[in-house]
Amino acid sequence: MAKIVVDGSEIEVPAEFTLLQACEAAGVEIPRFCFHERLSIAGNCRMCLVEVKGGPPKPTASCAMAVKDLRPGPNGEPPVVLTKSPMVKKAREGVMEFLLINHPLDCPICDQGGECDLQDQAMAYGSDTSRFAENKRAVEDKYIGPLVRTSMTRCIQCTRCVRFTTEVAGVPDLGAIGRGEDTEITTYLEHAMRSEMQGNVADLCPVGALTHKPYAFHARPWELVKTESVDVMDAVGANIRVDTRGREVMRILPRTNDLVNEEWISDKSRYVWDGLKVQRLDRPYVRNGSRLVPASWAEAFAVIAEKVKGAKPEKIGALVGDLATVEEAYALKSLIAKLGSSNIDARQDGAALDPALGRATYVFNPSIAGIDAADAILLVGTDPRSEASVLNARIRKRWRQGGLKVGLIGAQVDLTYTYEYLGAGPESLANLGAFGDVLKQAQRPMIVVGQGALAREDGAAILSRAAQVAVESGAVTDDWNGFAVLHTAAARVGALDVGAVPGPKGLNAKQMAVAGALDVAFLLGADEVEIAPGAFVVYIGSHGDRGAHRADVILPGAAYTEKSGLYVNTEGRVQLASRAAFPPGDAREEWAILRALSDVVGQRLPFDTLGALRSKLMAELPHLGRVDQIAPADASAIGGLAKIGGTVSKAPFVAAVSDFYLTNPIARASAIMAECSALRAASAAEAAE
Amino acid sequence: MLADKDRIFTNLYGLQDFSLKGAMARGHWDGTKGILEKGRDWIINEMKASGLRGRGGAGFSTGLKWSFMPKQSDGRPHYLVVNADESEPGTCKDREILRNDPHTLIEGCLIASFAMGAHAAYIYVRGEFIYERKRLQQAIDECYAAGLLGKSNIHDYPFDLYVHHGAGAYICGEETALLESLEGKKGMPRMKPPFPANMGLYGCPTTVNNVESIAVAPTILRRGASWFSSIGRPNNVGTKLYGISGHVNRPCVVEDAMGIPFKELIEKHGGGVRGGWDNLLAIIPGGASCPVVPAEQCEDLIMDFDGLRAVKSSFGTAGVLVMDKSTDIVRAIARISYFFKHESCGQCTPCREGTGWMWRVVNRMAEGRAHKHEIDMLLEVTTQIEGHTICALGDAAAWPVQGLIRHYRHVIEERIDQYSANPHPQPVAAE
Repeated sequence: MAKIVVDGSEIEVPAEFTLLQACEAAGVEIPRFCFHERLSIAGNCRMCLVEVKGGPPKPTASCAMAVKDLRPGPNGEPPVVLTKSPMVKKAREGVMEFLLINHPLDCPICDQGGECDLQDQAMAYGSDTSRFAENKRAVEDKYIGPLVRTSMTRCIQCTRCVRFTTEVAGVPDLGAIGRGEDTEITTYLEHAMRSEMQGNVADLCPVGALTHKPYAFHARPWELVKTESVDVMDAVGANIRVDTRGREVMRILPRTNDLVNEEWISDKSRYVWDGLKVQRLDRPYVRNGSRLVPASWAEAFAVIAEKVKGAKPEKIGALVGDLATVEEAYALKSLIAKLGSSNIDARQDGAALDPALGRATYVFNPSIAGIDAADAILLVGTDPRSEASVLNARIRKRWRQGGLKVGLIGAQVDLTYTYEYLGAGPESLANLGAFGDVLKQAQRPMIVVGQGALAREDGAAILSRAAQVAVESGAVTDDWNGFAVLHTAAARVGALDVGAVPGPKGLNAKQMAVAGALDVAFLLGADEVEIAPGAFVVYIGSHGDRGAHRADVILPGAAYTEKSGLYVNTEGRVQLASRAAFPPGDAREEWAILRALSDVVGQRLPFDTLGALRSKLMAELPHLGRVDQIAPADASAIGGLAKIGGTVSKAPFVAAVSDFYLTNPIARASAIMAECSALRAASAAEAAE
Repeated sequence: MLADKDRIFTNLYGLQDFSLKGAMARGHWDGTKGILEKGRDWIINEMKASGLRGRGGAGFSTGLKWSFMPKQSDGRPHYLVVNADESEPGTCKDREILRNDPHTLIEGCLIASFAMGAHAAYIYVRGEFIYERKRLQQAIDECYAAGLLGKSNIHDYPFDLYVHHGAGAYICGEETALLESLEGKKGMPRMKPPFPANMGLYGCPTTVNNVESIAVAPTILRRGASWFSSIGRPNNVGTKLYGISGHVNRPCVVEDAMGIPFKELIEKHGGGVRGGWDNLLAIIPGGASCPVVPAEQCEDLIMDFDGLRAVKSSFGTAGVLVMDKSTDIVRAIARISYFFKHESCGQCTPCREGTGWMWRVVNRMAEGRAHKHEIDMLLEVTTQIEGHTICALGDAAAWPVQGLIRHYRHVIEERIDQYSANPHPQPVAAE
């Protein structure tokens, strides 16, 4: 710790703090443009200049100078920093004037207006008139992809976007060309950025040079109602803010949560919102021959009641989809149980995860923040870049710090960091070679098992073998559990927590899909399984996707921005999604649909409100009540899992996510995601030539 | 005037053999091993005692700079980097060393590297210096062949010397930008601290020195610190290469003592001002970044660090630009302003935006197409750049303009009056 005097008040801060951090600790705001705490220090905007007493007779960039670099006074007095002196005021006004001389005065037509750092800081630290009588510089706009709109004349060359893409996203696509006042930010050949996290550059841009293309000219920030929620596009559970105007979701932005997503979200999480407006199921439908005919709720329920009453309990089954909340999964499980069936499954892809083996066998035990501590990571059958982009960025962040070794078994893909390729299939897991020693020598090794390794016939044996590797390499100790299952579906861990898996004689997802297995099938937003002809299918969901096409009755539900619900992310963290808008037309929240349906089929569920449902759920599973926390899983389950064994095939692992942009019904409804997907396919085809 | 026996660069004009044989005949590479045997501390103390101030412009004590290098390596290698990116308009002294007396530099590299524990040194040669690089490389190859350099050499100090050819950017002469460029990145100055002596090339302790500072070191050590410090004035000692260009009868590079009166320098070596001493308008004493010194201050001007500080200019690299009365001083400064605008790397705001602004305003003033209140505005803009940037290019761009306004405000005002007194019809757009 070191003492420092900021504007007359003495404080104690860690010696490696920068002056900017020290000033913030003292409660003094320092204006800045280029500085961002998650990016490297550039020190180029010069807005954060402060005066240091006893230092050089010129202002110092506070973002780059550390407290320990300052010299104490002649008698050992702590160094003195002034942020309100005439020198600092002049420096700030000067820098602000320079930034503004070539910045267009187009705030009224700029999308950044109202949330622009330059606007705000010009108000606070600038002067009121311009002395610049020359012509302003104009810069040609660049095409950098379908997601980020450019207006490069507004650029102040802070290079935050360049640093983000090279450091966090790990692609060399953005850079600055030219020099002096001709410096321009570009993707060099004006191709689209090839990152799945590119939307973040528009958030980082302190001016209106980079804005969100799909949101362009749609709304002003002061018109929007902001709702804090949780993303469901993957199992990371990134914290988001949903901005709505009236009933409409206008945009989605990340929220800072250092334990989960820091402050990044993937492009799918961010730009999927146009999918919330199209392909919506806004009223019940009942199949009449080959056509689905609009119906009232009562009519739809009557048809279902008749079919359910005519079916044997063991011929009734249900599938929980990938976007379902914990409450819905719980309600559906309760309903199916009441109907006397144990045919329920949340594992649409057939992943060999069994909650009976213990919670530690199906969650990401070391936690996402734990990646920062890992020193060796073995990736088994997973491509974290497509399956959990933000988590992949976390691994990259750890890799950039050095001392991290990564091994990969599965499809050979670009993960934005180097790794040792160990093989394509399960046999490589049995024979890790030198990487086995790397894991053994590591202090905090991590074994990440993806759904690509588990969603296959020998999935259980592979999971067991991965647990064996974890145990043998010392990844499971008292203070560290490095066995990690990486999920792709937001609903999966929550559904496994409530036990939405087949009972003793129940059928699993694959068995239920077979012809003749079921008479009545309930699909709760389950679109990834094709139920064979014969069964009567009730689809409860928000989008007219694959499941709805197969359905005999459609009950319209709410999308994730339209309901309050719990989600449990891949690390087992319980998070609460909030309602930002209302579902369209006659659509209702799924838990309420299930409650009404239970009444119709004569098996009334014992709750009338979401609150009652939650208190029942939490009484049964108390850990679900601890929102934003991870209930530690009992690591001894890994040892048990390792003992199960089994035989594995030689087939290589197949990626769980084949198209990053089109993994769920909402994304498949989105035109923006479709464009991104087509662009990536074209770019891959070009690369293959 | 400097006696011939006190000259360090005895082949400055390339009249003799530049090769190793010729250099040895002139006394270079003489007893180098003996110097190394006296040890690191002796060399650094001797350099400190000699009072040699860095010849790159800032005038920082060379011996002191060497002493900043860690005494013991913490496992990282140490590097010496020689800044031969001589690009300042008006400065052309290192060029003569590189092409005519390269062995002074090479020997200096060995000794300096030994003094700071570096086993490798890099010479960063300006992109335009193609012939000079060839000469230098040829000289280094000779040294390798003669066993003077290399992993095992007659000095028993493993040492490799590399020549790196730049791409012609002025900013790469800034020491940290030079290191970035050497590492293969864009030549953009780094933030300091950390200083290169702590985190330099590839993150290792590094010292960056000017060519002349290194090239004079062997002779200083051979002839003794007291010899060097006996030349010149206190605090400004030794010999110095002066570059004389512009409106003189005989432009040249010449070695003479520090503290030589300006008039003597011009009269003796430059053949006098074109059209006689009275025809002198002003000089820029040390390369384009130094503020202009008007003729009336040149009369008793002493050419050294303190002498030029006294007239609010700076000694820089001692590349004197002489301007006679035919010069349009405002246009001259506008051209210098353009140079700095063109060479600004664009990294930090005040320099990126300010150099262009200054150039445009000075350019208008050269025509007279300006307002008088803009002179004070321009002066304030220069102070908004000066001291607010990452590197010294911002300062270097501001000083010439400040010098112009300090001494020639009346010229600008006259120009403005003249312009506004004459009709200047606005061109009418074609219908």
